[in-house]
Amino acid sequence: MKLILHVWRQKNPAETGRMVRYEANDVNPDMSSLELLDVVNEELTLKGEEPIAFEHDCREGICGSCGFMINGIAHGPQAATTVCQLSMRHFKDGEELYIEPWRAKAFPIIKDLVVDRSAFDRIIEAGGYISVPTGSAPDGNVILVPKDASDRAMDAAACIGCGACVAACPNASAALFTGAKIAHLGLLPQGQPERRQRALSMVRQFNTEQFGSCTNIGECEAVCPKEIKLEVIARMNRDFIHASLG
Amino acid sequence: MLLDSRAPSGPIEKLWDQARFEMKLVNPANKRKHTIIVVGSGLAGASAAATLGELGYNVKCFCFQDSPRRAHSIAAQGGINAAKNYHGDGDSVFRLFYDTLKGGDFRSREPNVYRLAQISVDIIDQCVAQGVPFAREYGGTLANRSFGGAQVSRTFYARGQTGQQLLLGAYQALERQVDSGRVKMFPRTEMLDLVVVDGQARGIVTRNLVTGRIESHLADAVVLATGGYGNVYFLSTNAKGSNCTAIWRAYKHGAAFANPCFTQIHPTCIPVSGDYQSKLTLMSESLRNDGRIWVPKKAGDKRPPNQIPEDERDYYLERRYPSFGNLVPRDVASRNAKAVCDEGRGVGETGLGVYLDFSDAIRQFGVEVIRERYGNLFEMYQRITDEDPYKVPMRIYPAIHYAMGGLWVDYYLMSTIPGLFVTGEANFSDHGANRLGASALMQGLSDGYFILPYTVGDYIARTKLEKIDERHPEFARAQAGVAELTARLLAIQGHRTVDWFHRRLGKIIWDDCGMLRTAQSLKSAIGQIRELREEYWKDVKVAGSADDLNQSLEKAGRVADFFELGELMCLDALDRNESCGAHFREEYQTADGEAQRNDEQFSYVAAWEYKGPDQAPVLHKEPLTFEYIHPSQRSYK
Repeated sequence: MKLILHVWRQKNPAETGRMVRYEANDVNPDMSSLELLDVVNEELTLKGEEPIAFEHDCREGICGSCGFMINGIAHGPQAATTVCQLSMRHFKDGEELYIEPWRAKAFPIIKDLVVDRSAFDRIIEAGGYISVPTGSAPDGNVILVPKDASDRAMDAAACIGCGACVAACPNASAALFTGAKIAHLGLLPQGQPERRQRALSMVRQFNTEQFGSCTNIGECEAVCPKEIKLEVIARMNRDFIHASLG
Repeated sequence: MLLDSRAPSGPIEKLWDQARFEMKLVNPANKRKHTIIVVGSGLAGASAAATLGELGYNVKCFCFQDSPRRAHSIAAQGGINAAKNYHGDGDSVFRLFYDTLKGGDFRSREPNVYRLAQISVDIIDQCVAQGVPFAREYGGTLANRSFGGAQVSRTFYARGQTGQQLLLGAYQALERQVDSGRVKMFPRTEMLDLVVVDGQARGIVTRNLVTGRIESHLADAVVLATGGYGNVYFLSTNAKGSNCTAIWRAYKHGAAFANPCFTQIHPTCIPVSGDYQSKLTLMSESLRNDGRIWVPKKAGDKRPPNQIPEDERDYYLERRYPSFGNLVPRDVASRNAKAVCDEGRGVGETGLGVYLDFSDAIRQFGVEVIRERYGNLFEMYQRITDEDPYKVPMRIYPAIHYAMGGLWVDYYLMSTIPGLFVTGEANFSDHGANRLGASALMQGLSDGYFILPYTVGDYIARTKLEKIDERHPEFARAQAGVAELTARLLAIQGHRTVDWFHRRLGKIIWDDCGMLRTAQSLKSAIGQIRELREEYWKDVKVAGSADDLNQSLEKAGRVADFFELGELMCLDALDRNESCGAHFREEYQTADGEAQRNDEQFSYVAAWEYKGPDQAPVLHKEPLTFEYIHPSQRSYK
């Protein structure tokens, strides 16, 4: 099959970017969208042009490196799927694909489709952990965790930190990302001692980065490749308000 | 070169206690004056950096990804072993030690493996306290499953994302130290050379992958936790960025490389579908519990599977291994799949695949039971192949996914270069010639949380280091070397892309140094690799420049190292005239086609020493002795 690609090309953060048109004439429907870019890049390289820079690593949907907009949707049209697992059979022969980087003030573009998501690391650094120095833990079965709590914590912990939630949100809010970690740790007995402080510190950090606020639009949940639920934002707000009221 | 394992002697269960007692301590007030570099932020790197930070050292941690949370440990699915014996089913530290040593086909060091089994229980405690959401029973206790043929239930798991959850635990501990200021994180930074001053590892030279700037970093000790080298095969289950560059450049400074030919092949991966393919996806081994593996009896039979009658199917594992059937170990399952495909009986468009058929299981248990057991895996398979495994048998084929070989380390995880420590998959230490399922996560965390923080301290306390800074001529020399290599790669401007070469290199090694090896195939591979490498340095084309984000340039440097490592793998495989674990030499098999070990001649660790660009490396042998477990022949008939 044949596809027409319009890809955002931007040499560096300072330069202005633009959409560039490419034709992919020999597309195998089993290819992933990243493999499609690989093929385009091979041709560009041989022509002496710079290949399209895009982030990727595991290519099995778990590392969270990859991500871009396809036709305005973060990670493209298939639900619960990162672009590395999105195969070309979901597109029609001759279809045009508009491929753009995550767009958010907090995620400045580095080059082409690669953006800087270090704000996410700083949010975790602010308190997205349980303070337990190595070697100081009691036996694993001393802390009993109800199966239900463990399952719900795991649902939230499945976040891969790809940034699709921010890219999809009209406010570029990181509420789903931040809420997922606050919910994961707050649902477990081990996470209780620091629960309030954690919510305070993480939300404060999220506010000092250039993310917008959450206005309950729900785009983040719709595009999340790991299907993290909006409920985590409610948990975050509850913990934050509790903590703020002392 | 002296290969002294420095393992203490005495009763095996006391060795680690004794070693820890004998270690020297660093005065807590002085720790912050010592800088430790950790390269890599996977399980082994993040856990080490976090723990060293907690202890008070000044830690610098490097990763090539945009965040330490991306490291490839994140992709591990199945679980992590620990000898907790929570089920009272007969597990013990000694049994885990025994299983690991035997699973490795008696090519690992007893004291190291025993220590790994001992520490396994502490890892689970630590991870639970960090908030890793392990699977639970209804009563709130930790759940377990059995794995990889072990007869006890000792695998802890977090759905199919155990690696992800353990890594996020280590990452969060690391970020906590970043917040405290004790660890400085350098993401998007690749180590391109090791700096050795007066025989001691004193730092690294890196390239900032965004600005292209080449920089020097001085330290009192360097830890490499840079993972495995499965990507030498091009197609593997490794992440695309996984590479051997850090350990390879350390090898060139004198760190011995141990057992490079021990690479593990996983039997249940989704087969290659076309020549654009960039990586292979693993399907959990647990599928073999209910799926039956078969191919048509007749070569070249291209009928769809449902039109091949029962009596024209060959359930070859059940036929050849009546007692273990479809549950034979990874290496045996992989080799047999290759054999039937080589006979022309492979399935799918490429002929490189075998069926994994659930129709009998669905008939016996019903669709709902099978969905409950494997639903997420079936969904993943369908997403990739567009075939419904509830209706059509899955197609699977083996793929490379782990390297048991790596830099040689002693009991203290120190390489043959004083001050250079190597942890996790990057070292060779604990898995011998074959790794058991759910043991990689265990080793990475054992090294990083519980071994290295002691042994690095001991080294620092015992060692007098010359006072130098980053203006030392060795740093300048290393920087110049890196800049020269970068400029050279960009200047070639040939006619082939880096991937074009990498695919061909991978194919040579897969065909000749993969599941089956012969003296002839290995010799031929060495010749072909040399030829292709020569062509690479004449005809590769790397677009872009050295002073900004240039992913082709990053790849080009890594592939240059894979060429050299690939040759060493073949050399090592050629030298090891026996079959053991994942290393199967066709010439050395029993009458019924099983691996034939040769303990009399090959019960050693093969450690290779670099001698210069056009010199043959020198083989050193660390003899393996077995005081507690007598080597036996594995049999699955």
